[in-house]
Amino acid sequence: MAFTSLQEFFAMGGHGVYVWAAWGVTAALFAASLLQARLERRALLKTLSRRVRRDARRRQTTDPAHSSRPMVDDDA
Amino acid sequence: MWAFIHKFGSPKWFYAISARLEPWCWALAALALGVGTLWGLAVAPADYQQGESFRIIYVHVPAALLAQSIFVAMALSGLVFMVWKIKVADMAATVMAPFGAMMTFAALFSGAVWGIPTWGTWWEWDARLTSMLILLFLYLGVIALRGAFARRDSGARAASLLALVGVINIPIIKYSVEWWYTLHQSATFTLTSRPAMPASMWLPLLIMLVGFYSFFTALTLARTRSEIVKREGDKRWVRALVDKEL
Repeated sequence: MAFTSLQEFFAMGGHGVYVWAAWGVTAALFAASLLQARLERRALLKTLSRRVRRDARRRQTTDPAHSSRPMVDDDA
Repeated sequence: MWAFIHKFGSPKWFYAISARLEPWCWALAALALGVGTLWGLAVAPADYQQGESFRIIYVHVPAALLAQSIFVAMALSGLVFMVWKIKVADMAATVMAPFGAMMTFAALFSGAVWGIPTWGTWWEWDARLTSMLILLFLYLGVIALRGAFARRDSGARAASLLALVGVINIPIIKYSVEWWYTLHQSATFTLTSRPAMPASMWLPLLIMLVGFYSFFTALTLARTRSEIVKREGDKRWVRALVDKEL
């Protein structure tokens, strides 16, 4: 350990402002990217499930010959 | 080789493989960032000249290196997309850009606050600092250019082209401290010589580097998969994911 007390740790030998600002901003950017990725994924899956359900409903109610747009089967 | 490129380029295959790799990357990132942070902030000894402010190195150096690596990775993905028309490569390039810009900002910001106690100034129009600022503008340019086209394909090609041209800036950043007289010190570490630091100081730095790079890898895998869901929502296999993942 380089420090003997918690106060000493936060003070960083008088350079606390600089050390904590640099680390804080970097940590915040990491946290923001993580949060963004999670929210993005959840929103995308929700939108997709709405589309899947809507298409399923349409297939039931309309004439099968004129059902919703065709699904692409393989990854072309 | 061709078979491999086309297999890896298939969104379905990429999705399956990255889903298996991703948890390991997150785990490695969490472990390395946790250990590195504790070690770098609390355990490593203070620098005999700079005192405790030297602990900024543990975020500054990994952010700066990663920012440059991401730009190269993004440009290479753009090249793969343009040459082989592989869509996954363009999706990866798309999701890399914002995090690359963030790491460039983190490097510039941590460097600026480090400069106040050590150089007496937070900014100098020095070759290293200026070329890093140009890297930030290149990232913002790539992101803006991609969004500026009505057709996704045109935007993708324009962004790839700018990234490929912008790669010229990377060797300029690297050699800026040798080519010009700069305030910024030259590299502390090289692959060929022993580090000019005790192990108790460079080991946490190495661990932080591993943490930063694995976090980037995990994030890119995760967001590329989201991008596949976004762009390939009409495919049957993508629709089947809804049942599995929601």
